[in-house]
Amino acid sequence: MTDQSWEIPSGAAALLTVEHLTMRFGGLVAVDDVSFAAGTGEITAIIGPNGAGKTTVFNCLTGFYSPSVGRLLLRRDDRNFLLERMEGYRIAQKAGVARTFQNIRLFPQMSVLENLLVAQHNVLMRASGMTVLGLLGFASYRRAERAAVEKARYWLDQVGLTALADIDAGNLPYGAQRKLEIARAMCTGPALLCLDEPAAGLNPTESLELNELLLFIRNEHKIGILLIEHDMSVVMGISDHIIVLDYGRKISDGTPEHVRNDPTVIRAYLGEDEDEELPPEVMADLAINGEGDAPAT
Amino acid sequence: MAVETSDTAPPPSGLDVTSILKDAGITALIAFALTIPLFGFRLVSLGTGQGIGLEQRWGLVAISVASVFLGRIALTVWQEKRRTMPREAASHGWSIKRYARPLLAGGAYALAGLAFCWPWLPFVDRWLLDMAILVLTYVMLGWGLNIVVGLAGLLDLGYVAFYAVGAYSYALLALNFDLTFWQCLPLAGAFAAFFGIVLGFPVLRLRGDYLAIVTLGFGEIIRIILLNWYEVTKGPDGLSGIPRPSFFGLPFKRNPPDGVTSFHQFFGLEYSSIQRIIFLYYVILLLALITNFFTLRIRKLPVGRAWEALREDEIACRSLGINARNTKLTAFSIGAMFAGFGGSFFATRQGFISPESFTFIESAIILAIVVLGGMGSQFGIVLAAVFLIGMTEFFRELEHFRMLAFGAGMVAIMVWRPRGLLAHRDPTIRLNGPPGDEIKGSSP
Repeated sequence: MTDQSWEIPSGAAALLTVEHLTMRFGGLVAVDDVSFAAGTGEITAIIGPNGAGKTTVFNCLTGFYSPSVGRLLLRRDDRNFLLERMEGYRIAQKAGVARTFQNIRLFPQMSVLENLLVAQHNVLMRASGMTVLGLLGFASYRRAERAAVEKARYWLDQVGLTALADIDAGNLPYGAQRKLEIARAMCTGPALLCLDEPAAGLNPTESLELNELLLFIRNEHKIGILLIEHDMSVVMGISDHIIVLDYGRKISDGTPEHVRNDPTVIRAYLGEDEDEELPPEVMADLAINGEGDAPAT
Repeated sequence: MAVETSDTAPPPSGLDVTSILKDAGITALIAFALTIPLFGFRLVSLGTGQGIGLEQRWGLVAISVASVFLGRIALTVWQEKRRTMPREAASHGWSIKRYARPLLAGGAYALAGLAFCWPWLPFVDRWLLDMAILVLTYVMLGWGLNIVVGLAGLLDLGYVAFYAVGAYSYALLALNFDLTFWQCLPLAGAFAAFFGIVLGFPVLRLRGDYLAIVTLGFGEIIRIILLNWYEVTKGPDGLSGIPRPSFFGLPFKRNPPDGVTSFHQFFGLEYSSIQRIIFLYYVILLLALITNFFTLRIRKLPVGRAWEALREDEIACRSLGINARNTKLTAFSIGAMFAGFGGSFFATRQGFISPESFTFIESAIILAIVVLGGMGSQFGIVLAAVFLIGMTEFFRELEHFRMLAFGAGMVAIMVWRPRGLLAHRDPTIRLNGPPGDEIKGSSP
């Protein structure tokens, strides 16, 4: 019934392979046996109606949930990481999976630049000799910090926030905060960038700029991007590969062209025909529960 | 910056007399209920053989209720005035902000200079010097706790436990193993830091209120252990005869034992007990300044930024590959270490310690200093410590009513500066040159 292949339509090398991912919360199955692959140097979009389990997939990938079933394999520099077995912070530190959040999570009372330096914590921590050398003011640490600032400046230039580098991140306009969160994730030097609805709340101009930024990251930095998005102009415009989830299951997987014309996707988004009869068990469920919406993820 | 009061907000323009009167009436009622047991009755002796009787003091109650009533009206009217003139207030705030930075820096240096000269100023007597030592002890503890609460955002209500560990470490090491103050100081710091880690490991997964409760419990556990472990700590009797610090091996004694030169003999001075006090003053000043420089420095290091980031958003930190547990542990243990230093100093200064000195109220005072100073602000903590400790000591003649002064001080700060005396935070690093010429961010 569901398409369980995990192939990348373009044939690119797989960066992330998700196999039989299932996430249960008590009796609720938020993600049900989902398998897919995301290629390096590609933008892979995960779409689906509200409550389809997209963010749950992200939370499993980035270690916020540990999946009930499934294997999450990330290949980075010929090393394999099994993400489902790693502690949350190690996934970002070692495997190089960076993410942004649906509701922006910056450090609002720290400056824009500081936000980007915190993202380079592990590099700087090593350079500061676990703080000791840094406290003593060693030149090697000062060099590392300058390099970190340069990296931050590079990403600030890319998102156009260089002039605002010294103000508190919480004081930035909404669109700029979204961009800063992407810049911050990029400062960790990731292999896979997971973006949870980056275009939410952006106006059309900002949305276009976001497209360009994501394409730039894909083309120049050759990393994999995993994208959850509702804005179809973003999804169809820049994705190389689209995975569609509905009620925790994968219902379609392929190129934008393929997904756009897939009748199951159309049905999931636009609903069944009016006169089509619901299956008897669904009717029974509806009679008992009234409604059984999955919580928004 | 209008302060939110619990009363119903009247319409923006004009004063709603009825609601103000109602509000003041309720406040007066509360004051009435409070002042009856506080002032209303007094036990008086009726003379020999006639036992004791109650004196009723309704006049005092009436005066206090009336003053609360009028004070409340005045406060509400004043707040109303402030709220209806936001423009003026804003421009006023701006002009202050402009000069705030140089003013603050200047103030900090001036205060540091004053602190250095303090013992030599003509008007400073023994009492003022003792008070300065007390204030500096609290400043140091405040700076230490600031690392935990202000930077890392971990609400620690048991900070005094580490202070106690430091004090008892020094006292026990000095009494049992004959170590000097300067040998014990790092050991006491290390012990306290170790206790910080021991406590930190199980509890740092807790957040906010829960962490506060556990640390509160930890503080009590330490105090009760000190109280009951009689063989080691002498329980409620306390430890006495704790050695005083020496000046590079020169003791401050009028008649040193044979073969030992004392401080005044070595420098050919007349013996005076104030010499030791001055020395103690400089020791605590040095310790406090070390704490300050350490904090200022570590804030600019990755671990310091990670502390602040953890305070802001722990989930985002995890997504950036920061090991939240270890980072919190460093904050906890470093904060504890400075409390340990402070505790050693306390022990050597008093010469006597008992669990009495390490009650919850100490933790509360230190926390109040940090919060009222403006979380994370080093200079604000100094001001808050001077204000709170100085005020309480200044009103010592009022006996137990001096705690009223303490409370009034806290209320005053919370009314006028709800985010602390100096809540301003400067970025630890800048991209676009010095402040002032940056582009002001437009608020969303």
